[in-house]
Amino acid sequence: MDLTEQFPLIQLVNGEGKQLEENPFITIANAKRFYEQMLFSRMFDRKAVNLQRQGRIGTYAPFEGQEGAQIGSALALEDGDWMFPTYRDHAATAAFGHSLVNIFLYWKGCIEGCVPPEGKHIFPPSVPIASQILHATGTAWAEKKKGSDRVSLVYFGDGATSEGDFHEGLNFASVFQIPVVFFNQNNGYAISVPIERQMHSKTIAQKSLAYDMPGVRVDGNDVFAVYSETLKAVQRARKGEGPTLIEAVTWRYGAHTTTDEPSKYRDQKESEQRRQSEDPINRVEKYLRAENSWDDHWEEELKKKAEDRLQKAVTEMEKTKKSDEELMFDHVFGTDVWPVQEQKKRFFHKESER
Amino acid sequence: MSIAVNMKKLTMVQAITEALKVVLEEDESVLVLGEDVGRNGGVFRATDGLFEAFGDQRVIDTPLAESGLIGTSIGLAMNGFKPIVEIQFLGFIYPGFNQIVTHATRIRTRTQSRYSVPMTIRVPYGAGVRAPEIHSDSTEALFAHIPGLKVVVPSTPHDAKGLLISSIRDPDPVLFLEPMKMYRTGKGDVPNGNYTIPLGKGYRRRSGDDISLFAWGAMVKVAEEAAEKAAAKGMECDVIDLRSLYPLDKELIAESVQKTGRAVIIHEAPSSGGVGSELISIINATSFLYMKSPIKKVTGYDAPVPLFTLEDDYLPDANKVLRAIEEAVRF
Repeated sequence: MDLTEQFPLIQLVNGEGKQLEENPFITIANAKRFYEQMLFSRMFDRKAVNLQRQGRIGTYAPFEGQEGAQIGSALALEDGDWMFPTYRDHAATAAFGHSLVNIFLYWKGCIEGCVPPEGKHIFPPSVPIASQILHATGTAWAEKKKGSDRVSLVYFGDGATSEGDFHEGLNFASVFQIPVVFFNQNNGYAISVPIERQMHSKTIAQKSLAYDMPGVRVDGNDVFAVYSETLKAVQRARKGEGPTLIEAVTWRYGAHTTTDEPSKYRDQKESEQRRQSEDPINRVEKYLRAENSWDDHWEEELKKKAEDRLQKAVTEMEKTKKSDEELMFDHVFGTDVWPVQEQKKRFFHKESER
Repeated sequence: MSIAVNMKKLTMVQAITEALKVVLEEDESVLVLGEDVGRNGGVFRATDGLFEAFGDQRVIDTPLAESGLIGTSIGLAMNGFKPIVEIQFLGFIYPGFNQIVTHATRIRTRTQSRYSVPMTIRVPYGAGVRAPEIHSDSTEALFAHIPGLKVVVPSTPHDAKGLLISSIRDPDPVLFLEPMKMYRTGKGDVPNGNYTIPLGKGYRRRSGDDISLFAWGAMVKVAEEAAEKAAAKGMECDVIDLRSLYPLDKELIAESVQKTGRAVIIHEAPSSGGVGSELISIINATSFLYMKSPIKKVTGYDAPVPLFTLEDDYLPDANKVLRAIEEAVRF
């Protein structure tokens, strides 16, 4: 059954930067704010890939191409809300206030990089697929029980929709009307496996029908549309109107991680074509140019500012050669538990194992 | 253990309900979640009356999805609540295993204690009640092996209440295994109100100098029966109920075998890779020179728990244990 008409791709600004309909969020100020965040994210991502190539951090999962989906959604949240990222969502976590140093540290192999800044509810990136959907549902359930208007937003990819935890999370949220936004980034591939092998249905958004919740399909490279639709979902959740499933259709230009080569499983010409025709950052530039609001000097300034910020974070990250050994033992339990204490002691005294 | 003046005679399952009542009353953040835990009062009636007493916001029937149940409870636990999750049988916990192994037990480490998961998972387990297939598993070793998880197993009504209250108050995830065979096997004295038994501490059920018997859950009774038979033959057993499988009570284990110099470990789980092997490792490390004979294990077999016509053949019983005691003493 083809439900693409019931779940049309929502677009406010097309790949040519042309505004397609009236929307209060399409303003020059928003365009500049989104542009700055997306540009910064892309520079962060390229920096991270370079650091990996130079052996200064470990394996890294790049997100280039998905900046619109991540920035548009992250900016729809407020302090006190909960964000549950995957390992590919650093544009979102950084925009929501995570420490850049910590994000780099995590990829450098230091667990303390998972710790969000005080007062920020940003969960460590989920490495298993879809399991974080349940944590987002649970934390939002707790907010509902406390009577607050805070919400959770959880990121997951197209592959995650094949996992049981995706369906269990949507079902729990539906049954208990939990204030959670399920934000899917459909980039077409789960590592190498195309979406056709994940599902026979034409859209991910239509899976919302089974759970009797609103579902929307949005152009993930249109940051205005992503922001607008996410904000609607967040506001619905805040008002006690339950969960929403958002499918943001996007594309990752590069590899799944720095350990694989995408040309092995797809024609990378398509990535290059998409970069020309629908890139989320170029699109905002085109929009600003059409509005006579583009300024090369402004962009240069943004780049310089971003480069400084990144350089500072990298310098700070590189002060840590490795995590302190205590970290391995000190947070397994909240109380002293003898096998851990005993093993810690043996480790530091270089005694043989039991 | 605090001394309570008022005692009641209760079955283990009633003692568990009492413990849940105590914590639900004392702490608003405690929730009971599971399949059939509400109106039905749980498949074993362990949550009987709680729905009526505390309402559907605190005693919550959830969809039938173990991963969903444990996963959402992790979220609740990270955000201010103390969920007590009931899984109906240990054989049905496996869909939620990933949530336990990769999340519940790692969140404290991953966030360097910014977030923690004070969640108790209650699960009936073990064989001996003529249950259908997959309802009789004893896979406690799978869980005792996971860093960040405590594993607790009471063998009496008294301990069930005190250990469950401690588990719920613990700041970290606890797997609370309830031996089905002991649920209604006689009543025991249970103090009224609030009392706790510390996690990680075993208990000497019987004192003897000739050999130590280590057991937990339903096997404690088997060990006690075997000790009775051995006493009739002039061999005195030190019967240790471990009560916690992680962490194990190293001091009590060492003290017992250093007194007796011999040991039989009894568990209904399969032999290979069982918690008994870890016990041997502790005895080896603490008490090697005290031992007079090789340590014996009387366990289930490395075979799936059989359907109930063969259940008694599979399980350790007093005669099998007595044989091991005699072999160790005569060595």
